[in-house]
Amino acid sequence: MQEETVNIGVAEYYVTHNPHVLASYGLGSCVGIVLYDEKRRIGGMAHVMLPDSTAITRKSSPGKFADTAVKAMVEEMEKLGSRRSDIKAKIAGGACMFTIPGAINPRNVPGPSLGMQIGERNVEATKVALREQRIRLVAEDTGGNYGRTMRFDISNGRVTVSSIKHGRKEL
Amino acid sequence: MAEGRGLTPLQLDALREVGNIGSGNAAVALSTMVDKKVLLSVPRATLVPLVKVSDLVGGAETPVVGIYLHISGEASGSMLLLLEEKSANQLAHLMVSGGEQGELSTVEQSALQETGSILAGSYLNALSQMTALLLRPSVPGFAMDMAGAIIDFILVEISQSEDYVLVIETQFDILEHVIKGHLILFPDLGSLDLILGRLGVSG
Repeated sequence: MQEETVNIGVAEYYVTHNPHVLASYGLGSCVGIVLYDEKRRIGGMAHVMLPDSTAITRKSSPGKFADTAVKAMVEEMEKLGSRRSDIKAKIAGGACMFTIPGAINPRNVPGPSLGMQIGERNVEATKVALREQRIRLVAEDTGGNYGRTMRFDISNGRVTVSSIKHGRKEL
Repeated sequence: MAEGRGLTPLQLDALREVGNIGSGNAAVALSTMVDKKVLLSVPRATLVPLVKVSDLVGGAETPVVGIYLHISGEASGSMLLLLEEKSANQLAHLMVSGGEQGELSTVEQSALQETGSILAGSYLNALSQMTALLLRPSVPGFAMDMAGAIIDFILVEISQSEDYVLVIETQFDILEHVIKGHLILFPDLGSLDLILGRLGVSG
């Protein structure tokens, strides 16, 4: 039977113990974060767009930032009965889609614009957040200049990453 | 823009008019370039929530061509021309005569990049003239990939200020072909208010 696929949109996250397939479509500079407790088959996915919530004053949803999304997911998984030491992470995305020489960032400082480096910063911030929450990162497919779709099947823990340029692969 | 804000029909009309004038200029430039009659029209200008932008072209995984420009000057923001893969292919083959169907060659890619640049530049010129604001476009960036991936970093640049973006639908008529694209303007904080004020339709 085909399990229901849950679309995790930009700045969203979802944690469940149901055997759903979770998917983040068209990740560019955004990072898809999968957390999985294999023992209890509890898992979650986040589709984060920014590295760090502390730099932003405006209140927003935790799913938007790498730091808050990881923290929120771990806490929800613990509520469902997971143990931190059983949770493993896989991440994908963080690409740099456009390269524009001499672009000016929004603060009018010469150099690459914010969006040019944001993918790399998102990946870095995700790794820091995982370390802070003491979650092991076991696989990643990050960087480059192409978009990715990440799928995560909670029933068996399989994570696949597909792209137009490089097809589909298991992570 | 505050959350839930919309533009009045009058404001959208004023922005569409800027699109029309810009398209007129772009059509002349493109006609000269391809030596064929090019008609450009702007059927609609709409305000679209950030997260819905990729739905315009059929969803986050849809393959599209994106041509991106950063705008700086007295008002700032980003501009993105999105063409569905099929439209982009058609356009490229028309621009580069003798081009083969199928995957885009390097020449066709640069022709598309040039088209996007002309279109965005013409629109910016019109906007600049009508508002008396100095607007400078960057060198255009080019990408062919999933729509969601092409859009998401622009969301990052403006998500801290705006929740909506302005989408100007454009339509190219070249010979018997009708090619549809979306020209998307992502204004930085305060820039849209400034533009609307200069157009005489502030809220």
